[in-house]
Amino acid sequence: MLKMMIVDDSNIIRSKICRAHDSERFDVVAIACDGAEALRMFHECRPDVVTMDLTMPNVDGLECIAKLARIDPEVLILVVSALSDQATGIEALENGASGFLLKPFSEEQLREALDELTEHLYD
Amino acid sequence: MTEETLQVFIDGVSRYFEHTKDNDLRVGTPYLADNCAPVSMDYTGLIGVSGSNKGCVYFTAPKAMLRHLILSLGEPDTSDENMVDLVGEVANTISGNARRELGKNFMISVPVVVSGAPGKIHLPTELRSYVVPTTWRSYNAAVVICLQH
Repeated sequence: MLKMMIVDDSNIIRSKICRAHDSERFDVVAIACDGAEALRMFHECRPDVVTMDLTMPNVDGLECIAKLARIDPEVLILVVSALSDQATGIEALENGASGFLLKPFSEEQLREALDELTEHLYD
Repeated sequence: MTEETLQVFIDGVSRYFEHTKDNDLRVGTPYLADNCAPVSMDYTGLIGVSGSNKGCVYFTAPKAMLRHLILSLGEPDTSDENMVDLVGEVANTISGNARRELGKNFMISVPVVVSGAPGKIHLPTELRSYVVPTTWRSYNAAVVICLQH
């Protein structure tokens, strides 16, 4: 079972990710509303996988990704954002993200993205 | 604002509603409106825009539509808190998706949500806004784009 942290300033999105993920493979151990809260929680629960919004108050997603990747280079970060420009996607990957899911997304698309993100762990 | 830019926002709102269980959004003919009386319904999610464009983009909708939309997204909690959250998230998604065409310099803020009185929204009176009327099921809502190059 992989430990997962959800980071998004929208309750609707946090709730959707909670409902949609494969609960036989992922255990949601932390839910954060912004990057600052995510950084605090990360130290406490050390998740394997993080879903990360980008446009958030306090510490935004790009900054948070860079900080999380410095703390734990092995953490798998799936960006879940509406920001659809290529430059932002590249910056997120350069900062340490491993995948990108564009909002709006279906529950099936989320499960597929999480599967792709973690499939190498099952090889 | 060019027709192509306006189309970016029309595509954005259409894409958002494709992910609802009742995907029957109808987009009306966009029109220009004076900013002295901005279009506003029960809840408005407003995104500030800076960088290559300046101004704002907002999504405004009646309470009944947001309640129905929350349920259609599979979320059982239709509290006022979630309606505020949703109207902001719709505005954020439409604006964020616009960066595919408008680029990274179309810089957007986190959503600000205004509820209730239309008088709470103040837009630059020297500009006019494009209003994109929408109908989802029987509910009327609108995307409003007020941008200056």
